[in-house]
Amino acid sequence: MTVDAQPDAGAPKAGSFAERAHLALNDKPLRANFRRAMDGLMAKRAAQFPDAADLAALRARGAAIKERALARLPDLLEQLEARCAENGIRVHWAETTDEANRIVLGIFREHGVKTVVKGKSMVSEEMHLNAFLGEHGIQAIESDLGEYIIQLAGEMPSHIVMPCIHKNKGQIGALFAEHIEGQRYTEDVDELTAAARRVLRDRFAEADAGISGVNFAVAETGTLVLVENEGNGRLSTTLPPLHVAVMGIEKLVETLDDIPPLLALLPRSATGQPITTYVNMITSPRCEGEKDGPREVHLVLLDNGRTRVYADPELRETLRCIRCGACMNHCPVYARVGGHTYDAVYPGPIGKILTPQIAGLDVAGDLPHASSLCNACVEVCPVKIPIADILVRLRREAVRPSASNSVQGAAVKGAGDGWTLSESSVWAGWKWLHANPALYRLGARALALAGNLIPAGVPPLKAWTSVRSKPKFAPRTLHQLARDKGFDDA
Amino acid sequence: MSAISTPSAAVPPERPETVYFFGTCLVDLFYPQAGLAGMELLKRQGLRVVFPQDQTCCGQPARNCGFFEEARAVARAQFDAFPEPWPIVVPSGSCAGMMRVHYPQLFADQPDRERAEAFAARVYELSWFLVHVLDCKLADHGEPVTVTWHASCHSMREMGVTDEPKRLLRSLANVTLVENPRERECCGFGGTFSVRQPEVSAAMVADKIDALRSTGAAEMVTGDCGCLMNISGALDRMGGKAGPPLRSRHLAEFLLERSDDR
Ligand code: SF4
Repeated sequence: MTVDAQPDAGAPKAGSFAERAHLALNDKPLRANFRRAMDGLMAKRAAQFPDAADLAALRARGAAIKERALARLPDLLEQLEARCAENGIRVHWAETTDEANRIVLGIFREHGVKTVVKGKSMVSEEMHLNAFLGEHGIQAIESDLGEYIIQLAGEMPSHIVMPCIHKNKGQIGALFAEHIEGQRYTEDVDELTAAARRVLRDRFAEADAGISGVNFAVAETGTLVLVENEGNGRLSTTLPPLHVAVMGIEKLVETLDDIPPLLALLPRSATGQPITTYVNMITSPRCEGEKDGPREVHLVLLDNGRTRVYADPELRETLRCIRCGACMNHCPVYARVGGHTYDAVYPGPIGKILTPQIAGLDVAGDLPHASSLCNACVEVCPVKIPIADILVRLRREAVRPSASNSVQGAAVKGAGDGWTLSESSVWAGWKWLHANPALYRLGARALALAGNLIPAGVPPLKAWTSVRSKPKFAPRTLHQLARDKGFDDA
Repeated sequence: MSAISTPSAAVPPERPETVYFFGTCLVDLFYPQAGLAGMELLKRQGLRVVFPQDQTCCGQPARNCGFFEEARAVARAQFDAFPEPWPIVVPSGSCAGMMRVHYPQLFADQPDRERAEAFAARVYELSWFLVHVLDCKLADHGEPVTVTWHASCHSMREMGVTDEPKRLLRSLANVTLVENPRERECCGFGGTFSVRQPEVSAAMVADKIDALRSTGAAEMVTGDCGCLMNISGALDRMGGKAGPPLRSRHLAEFLLERSDDR
């Protein structure tokens, strides 16, 4: 057990996951909102996959598709760029979020863009694009209902698929009454939806440009695939004269044939829907004789640390993620503390492995420890990412950085930041005791005799005994009892 | 690295004459009666049960905290302690998962990789071994009782043990098994998780206890002493406050007591 890494049960370290969790755990409405939503989502997903063998086969296929694409990622990215160019989509490369933001701003400036409608996109959250554009005099309005709500509230998404799942009808009703002109307080969902639609309709009509994310990009054809339920994504990418799509470089598949199995997994894993209401496939700007669609389409490819993740074969599996959110829906920690507790763009299990790899272990080093390693996320992930193993790998990197084939030397940014003399000594002592059987037997017998005298206030026990009684050492160890009862030793 | 994306599916071996018993450090120090009961159950199935005095711990605590070198040193000590090719039966899905699933990963780039793999392939969880290898049938000499089963995460998701313990419980004539509505949800133990994130862990175990109580069972039975320590510790702390008493025990102890006619 660790010595110095103990958050005191009463007073977690300031700014830590534990501290934010403390606040969330004491927020009754928040806990009720999450519990209800996650229970519902788990039931819906389960109903979509009644046959275990079918599901296993589909997951294997999904994982293989992403793995195959990642194995050829550099080639495929070049192929995508070439196809897009042939189709008339302009491709831009950004190594950092700052670079990506400037590219988007540059395109908008060139076109004199003032207002933008934005479809839901996690990469744009990663870029903090709205704030950046705002600072430069361009207003981006979220057009996804959930994103619109949290934009009004000035918050970050708390889930990657359902960004405002932490709010209930009453909270949304109050928000709308405060921010939407002429809107009275109501908890009627239809009325609330209609109010948002009324506001957004005008925005769509007047927007100079639309921004979207990308769920899958097809290298073979240069096609951008977008799934959504509300139609706002389609409006954002067809109504304004200019469309800018942003995507992480890992969102690539080889061929169009790869899309159907992934579409069979994504919405069913995410929301328990057999398919989303809209599946948009964009391969070019408006062509000759077509009645709608933007005149110009741009694609911004963002790296932001992904190349570094890619360089390590174990960590690379992180990049298979199709952002379905199933891992959060099934995570017992996420269900209790909600997405904001992670203080990161990507919360939940995928966030716990992705955030420290992108931001660095020095910044997000406590996230890999915010897991009981129960493996519920591993069980549901449609592309079979071994999240628990990667969590443990990151814990290892935090104390003992491994050199890797990555460019910067260490495998993960901020590796080694979690090393402390006291924790290392505890494990050195633990090893010494458990790798020497005679010593272990001696120590175990001593604990059986006197272990119960250890006061409950010492660090590991203190946290443990905050809600549990102190475990009692048995008067004789199993080693002793087995010998007494005559069980053979060898 | 994808070893645990699917639980490890073991092929039942031939019924052996001799098995090793791996007690686990929690059982050794806190629940030796559970270990002894497991050994007794195997013995009553006609097996010779060997308990190597040189065994210590599977190494999971260090591995889970990122101290792989230390975990390997302790794992190597187990390779030495269990030299014969006999099956190794473990009364804990979590320690069994460590040895079966994680040893091969832990030693993937080590010179003694093959030794680790051979060891891993011999590891079985107790209830799975009783059902699939020994086809264990137990007489029930106990009073009628209602019990509920707490499944451990690693039993289910690493060792692929799901129905086996419940089959054993259901086979007892006077035992009524009521399934708890959150059977597949973690109890919040997670080794050092319970001390690194004590408040989240506390919320998890509180909900787990509510779910267990909602079954109306008099007793909770589980196959992992980590979960047992967590849940029984929280139950004990609550005292009578949260409802009628709920007894908690390891499956092996429960099965042995019921099948004992003395
Ligand atoms: S890690 Fe897996 S389950 Fe989680 S969001 Fe990504 S694809 Fe979905």
